[in-house]
Parts: sequence; structure tokens; C-alpha cells
Amino acid sequence: MAAADELAFHEFEEASDLLAETPDAATTSGSNQLTPQGHVAVAVDSGGSYGAEEEVEESDRTALLQEEKQQPGFWTFGYYQSFFDVDTSQVLDRIRGSLLPRPGHNFVRHHLRNRPDLYGPFWICATLAFVLAVTGNLTLVLAQRRDPSIHYSPQFHKVTVAGVTIYCYVWLVPLALWAFLRWRKGVRERMGPYTFLETVCVYGYSLFVFIPTVVLWLIPVPWLQWLFGGLALALSAASLVFTLWPVVREDTRLVAAVLLSTVVLLHALLAVGCKPLPLAHPAPPTQAASLSPDLPPPPTSSAHTT
Amino acid sequence: MAEAAESSGDPGTTSPRPLFAGLSDISISQDIPVEGEITIPMRSHIREFDSSTLNESVQNTIMRDLKAVGKKFMHVLYPRKSNTLLRDWDLWGPLILCVTLALMLQRSSIDSEKDGGPQFAEVFVIVWFGAVTITLNSKLLGGNISFFQSLCVLGYCILPLTVAMLVCRLVLLAEPGPINFVVRFFVVIVMFAWSIVASTAFLADSQPPNRKALAIYPVFLFYFVISWMILTFTP
Repeated sequence: MAAADELAFHEFEEASDLLAETPDAATTSGSNQLTPQGHVAVAVDSGGSYGAEEEVEESDRTALLQEEKQQPGFWTFGYYQSFFDVDTSQVLDRIRGSLLPRPGHNFVRHHLRNRPDLYGPFWICATLAFVLAVTGNLTLVLAQRRDPSIHYSPQFHKVTVAGVTIYCYVWLVPLALWAFLRWRKGVRERMGPYTFLETVCVYGYSLFVFIPTVVLWLIPVPWLQWLFGGLALALSAASLVFTLWPVVREDTRLVAAVLLSTVVLLHALLAVGCKPLPLAHPAPPTQAASLSPDLPPPPTSSAHTT
Repeated sequence: MAEAAESSGDPGTTSPRPLFAGLSDISISQDIPVEGEITIPMRSHIREFDSSTLNESVQNTIMRDLKAVGKKFMHVLYPRKSNTLLRDWDLWGPLILCVTLALMLQRSSIDSEKDGGPQFAEVFVIVWFGAVTITLNSKLLGGNISFFQSLCVLGYCILPLTVAMLVCRLVLLAEPGPINFVVRFFVVIVMFAWSIVASTAFLADSQPPNRKALAIYPVFLFYFVISWMILTFTP
């Protein structure tokens, strides 16, 4: 209709006049529209300093949604960049969250906030692999000082073994867990399963507590080593269990118990594998190499999951 | 056109010369060239220069590249905020350094393969794949440095550690003992710190400010692993 067209054109003219006179007016009204949503987000979440960030996130998200509706495809670089979209403070906060697990706090909901990253798991695994190799080497050096008959060699192949084992653990076990949880999805009503990346994230960050533990294992006092090992395993497994509990709670008792105990058992296997075996008595040089820290092969342990 | 050129050629004269007065100076009998090159004289000069690098002696080519590599070594040894490493990147320097380091880390004793120190291939792989991983990491975090620039910087900053390896090998020629180890430890620690400072000076500016630590930590791990390999070397 002519009247409607006239009205529409008139509005546009008015708006453009307003923009020409006071360019700031449009921007403030736009942000006013967005801040109510942001304020709602701040009220719901109880995460202290993250209030402002949530607000920015919400406004960014709505802006992005208005512009483009789909994620970049997996062949573009931007797809992988979305997994590294974390700041230093966020990574540190996630590490702190995995070090101090609390019964009510779910790592995924509380710290990841549904934005898993691959930076943490990747570099924590790399650091753990290198620290394992370095401390294994140091254990041999210290043992040789006490007992010169042990033959010393850098044993560089340990880096390869350690790296492969840890990376397989952090990728294959979450894969099996995620597949199992999705298979049991029908039993659950309330809470959906975690995505694969969130599971990898939980496992990766839970391995962080082993890094200082492996360094502390250099102290050659056996009961202290077992104490540190137990403490690390308890913290790490607790973090995993508290994260998985809400998802598994609605399942049958048997399945829940079996799943949680399997997760803890695998974690314990990894911890025991990392612990250096005590070199109690002087051994002939040919046996010294086999007494060095050995790691369990992953394929046989992941066969226990399902 | 020649008249206009002639008449405009003398702006400084104040005496009113009649127009076209200088025409008689031109020898019209001479052929005024109306054909020739319309290219700018500069371009033919550049073409000459290009062909001359093909014809120059091999020594000149090698010396030019070696001088470029040497200049970058100086920039690493005295790290200032300059763009030379970033602007004219090359991978010759990192290759020379990596091969030297890997060759020096070879053990001469007959050890079984499993128990030995890092083999040449292991060192090579660690250096190059480590550098590639760190570069990918910094690009994924949103840094605006190009792939090869970052590889170049990381490779050149291995220079202090290669110097440390040389010193360690020389020190190991003396008799073994705790002083020997302390000297080697001190040298490796100092060179490790130098590498980190040098690479941070070049790489830190290209990262977004709230992710600098995330991008620098892998560099720290990388040089730590190389320092460890150097420190645990026993002939």
C-alpha cells in the first residue's frame, strides 16, 4: 500500500537524520537493548568475576547469531580456532577447579561453562609426558649416586613411550566413556550427556595434579611416595567422579557403580604406571634398564570399560 | 615539443628574450629521435641486476646468504626489539643450528639402541615438530605472526643452546666430577634463560595481550626439553 510505503520511508529518513545528528545515540540504544539479556545472565550464574564476561559473551553471541547462523566447516582454520578460544585467566581457573574438586560443583557446568578448549588437555599431557621422562632420568641418576654399580644412560625412549601412553589415555578413554554414555542416553531424562570435547577436557585437566606429584616422587622415601600417589589419585578421581555423578545418577545402580569404579580403576592404573618402582637392592647392569619406570599399555586397559 | 622544452628550459632569465629565440641553437639537420624505449630507465637497470645474480660466482651467492644468517645470529645474541628476524625470515639458520646440535648430541659409545641418548632423528624431529606445534598453537590462539616467521624465530633462538652444547662438550673433555656438573649446569641454565628472553622479545608482541602467557609457555617447555637433552649428554 502506498500509505505503508510512505510510513516505512519516513521512518528510515527519520532514523538517518537522527544518526547524522547524534551518532552516539544509536549505539547507546542498541546496547541498552542487549544489556537486559546480559543482566539476566549475570543473575543466574554465581561465578564472581565472570559476570562481566558472561555479559560480553551474551551480547557477542546474539550479535553473531544475527549475522551468521552456522559454524565454520571442519576444513577451515576458524573451526579449530574455536577450540583455542581461552584466555590465561580462564585456563588457570580451570586448572584450579580440577585441583580442588567440591561435591556440589560440576567441572563441566561450572568451569567449562559449555565452552571446552583443547589447549589445556594438549599441553598438560605434553608437560606430563616430558616431566615423567625427566624425573625418570633423575631417579636413575640419584640411584646411581647411591649405588655406582647401576649403569646410567639417558633412556630417551621413555619420552616416546610416556607421550604415546598419556595421549592415548586422554583420547581413547573419553571416547569410550562418551560412547557408553550416549548409548545409555535413553535411560536419562533430566540431563543430557556431555559432548566428546567436554569429556576430553575433564580428563585432560584432571591429569594436572600428577605433574607436581611426579616431581615430588623424586624423594626416595617409599611411604611418602605412596602418600603423594594416594593424594593425587584421590583428588584426580574425585574430580572425575563429581563431574560424572549427575549424569550417571539417574541410571540403574549397577551401571552407575560399575562405570564409576571402572573410571577410578583406569585412573589408578595410570597413576601406578607413572610411579617409579623402588630400586631396593643393587642390580646387575643388564637388569637396571628393566627396573626403570614402566608404563601399562593402553589397549588392554580400555578393554575393561564396556 | 622541442620548442616548448627549450622555451621552458630557462626560467631564471629576466631579460625578455623573444620567443623561439633559442631555436637557432638547435641543429635541425640532426635527426631528432622519435622512436626508442618508452620504459623507465630504472627498469632496464633492474633487469641488468636480476640477470647478474644468475651470472655471479657461487662464492658471492653463498657469502650473501651466510652474511644474512650471521646478521640474524647477532640479533639473537643481542636481543632488541627489531624486525629484522621477522621481516626477512629464512630457514637456513635454523637448519644449520639443528643439524649441528643433533650431530653433537650423538653418542660415540656403543650402547644398545633402547638405552641410548637421543638419536639424530629424535633431536631433529623434536626441534622441527616442536617448532611447528608451537607455531600452530600461537596461530590458533589468535596471534598475527606468519607461519614461517615464527619457525624462523624459534629456530634462530636455539643458537644460545647450541653454544651451551659446544661448551659442555669441551668441559666434558676434562675429568668428571661434581665441579664438572656444576659448571655445565650453570652454563645450560644461563643459555636457556637467554633463549627464552630472545624468543619472547620477538614473539610476545604478536599475541593478544590476555593470552601472552598461554603462547609463551610452550616455548618455555620446548627450550626446557632441549636444555635437558644437552645437560644429560654423556659421551
